Amino acid sequence: MEPLISVRSVTRRFGDVVALDDVSLEVGAGEMVGLLGPNGAGKTTLLSLVNGQRKPDAGVVRLFGADPRKPAARAMLGTTPQETGLPPTLKVGEVVDFVAGHYADPMPRGELLERFDLAGLAGRQTGGLSGGQKRRLAVALSLVGRPRLVLLDEPTTGLDVEGRRALWQALRDYHADGATIVLTSHYLEEVEALAQRVVVIGGGRVLADDALPAVLDRVSVRRVALTAQVPASELLRLPGVVDIGDGPADTSREAVTGSADAVAAAATVADTLPAGSRYSLLVSDSDAFVRALVASGLPFSGLEVRGASLEEAFLTLTHHHTTTRDAAPEPAFAASAGDSESHGEGK
Amino acid sequence: MTVSTTTTAGPASAAQGAAGTARLVLLHTKFQFLETVRIPIAVIGNLLFPTLAVFFFVVPQPAAQEIPAVATAMVGQLAMFAVMSTFLFSFGTGVAEDRAQPFEPYVRTLPAGAGPRMAGRLINGCIFALMALVPLVLVGWFLTAAEVTVPVLLLAAALILVIGAPFLMLGLAIGYSLSAKAALAVVQVVLFPLAFAGGLFMPAELFPEWLDRFSQFLPSRAGRELLIQVLTGSEAYPLALPVLLAWGALFTALAVMAYRKDQGRRFH
Repeated sequence: MEPLISVRSVTRRFGDVVALDDVSLEVGAGEMVGLLGPNGAGKTTLLSLVNGQRKPDAGVVRLFGADPRKPAARAMLGTTPQETGLPPTLKVGEVVDFVAGHYADPMPRGELLERFDLAGLAGRQTGGLSGGQKRRLAVALSLVGRPRLVLLDEPTTGLDVEGRRALWQALRDYHADGATIVLTSHYLEEVEALAQRVVVIGGGRVLADDALPAVLDRVSVRRVALTAQVPASELLRLPGVVDIGDGPADTSREAVTGSADAVAAAATVADTLPAGSRYSLLVSDSDAFVRALVASGLPFSGLEVRGASLEEAFLTLTHHHTTTRDAAPEPAFAASAGDSESHGEGK
Repeated sequence: MTVSTTTTAGPASAAQGAAGTARLVLLHTKFQFLETVRIPIAVIGNLLFPTLAVFFFVVPQPAAQEIPAVATAMVGQLAMFAVMSTFLFSFGTGVAEDRAQPFEPYVRTLPAGAGPRMAGRLINGCIFALMALVPLVLVGWFLTAAEVTVPVLLLAAALILVIGAPFLMLGLAIGYSLSAKAALAVVQVVLFPLAFAGGLFMPAELFPEWLDRFSQFLPSRAGRELLIQVLTGSEAYPLALPVLLAWGALFTALAVMAYRKDQGRRFH
């Protein structure tokens, strides 16, 4: 059966920046897919290719088997405006009617507003809505046309916990009706709550594409901070260390740049840090790490363990990606980066 | 999954075709109209200025009270100004403002091409231009000696939109190439000198020789003469039509270039 979305070897540049680099992805009917990745990873660019706003520089994008830039291909597609993008002088009901007018069999206005807890606001100008109401209306608009495929870019940004949960439920209900949903998020929690399949994007590439539990396993890293009177290379020998720095701020930058640089940078930091610094490490299994740390007899103090942010978690995927794909053809890096052999698998 | 068995884009064909397109044009026209009229000052300002100009500058003139042809021409030249002003503002400033709204990229993902939105924009510009003429014609009719038969009035109302088309294109060229703030400034800088030198405020017959000669090469002057010819039957100067067409072609080319560049930059 033909997939609803088919992206084949797609590359998209903005000037010198490569937003998507040879990305391939298929989404079939009935799936609930989470696109996960740090800001600037290429998630929004990917959606803009699928919804027909932009076209790829290379590769092929198909929506319901057709070119998404043709209006007919989008007849069964629902998307959402940015929350700030609603025409402020139009009333809620009018915006709904306007969008509904583009579809063959739209959802009745009352039913839609009911689903999103907006009943009674039909006569209100959108400029007078609260932030949460605007967000809910924006997501509601994606469902007006009873689309078979819904693309949602950061659907719950700016909502409080309660609003977020209500919106999740509305999306689950719509998915249960048989629709396919693709959403981007940088909240792991959101993707956990909704998606069955997770595609992780970083640096314009697909880093992981798997069922939710499998991806969760791969991104469940923890941050460990400690003060130790040893050079960083000693810590790098402990099991499961993915990254090391002298502060949490370092890692996010490396997470964004990704690729081989991150490994080299981590090794360089390890070389230059003075003994006795405060270290901040990213480890894949904090229990095993702490056990090994204690067993090693290294002197340390001020141990802290906390969950890593999603950005930090992506580091593990970028590293994995780096070792499998780029490490072999670039031995120069390993040679110049001194300690890198002790870094790799943390042996 | 019951839905998954349906083949691609079946109902899409229902929304296509001429009837579907007409329906979408109507839809876009209606909601753009609503968006604009909800800001009453924009509409009232547009209606008021040319009418007030007739009231203060035409009504008190003795000639406007005694000679029907002169009165008709004076009301006609301000009608030309009203249309020019509406087109420049609604397409220049209006388009530039819309481009800054994140709602526009969203609308592009709906199953309609860029056509219905553009058509709605053009139709709305014409509606507001004609609305601006209503109070102006009423003041001219009741308070001056202006004379015109109903068929001629209707013909002039239709032709004024055609004569105003170059300004519509100039508006689009400005709107698609500048930010909202810059567009507003440029529209004002273009509108008033062009209107004055084109004889829309002060009759061109009172211009000094050199200004009169220069004026004949302006689109505002050419439009004024052609409109007055329709209204009073007094022959326009021979170059009026070629001049208007030449400016029309130039502004259209600029508008198409600006539109393509803007769409290319944002949606390519």
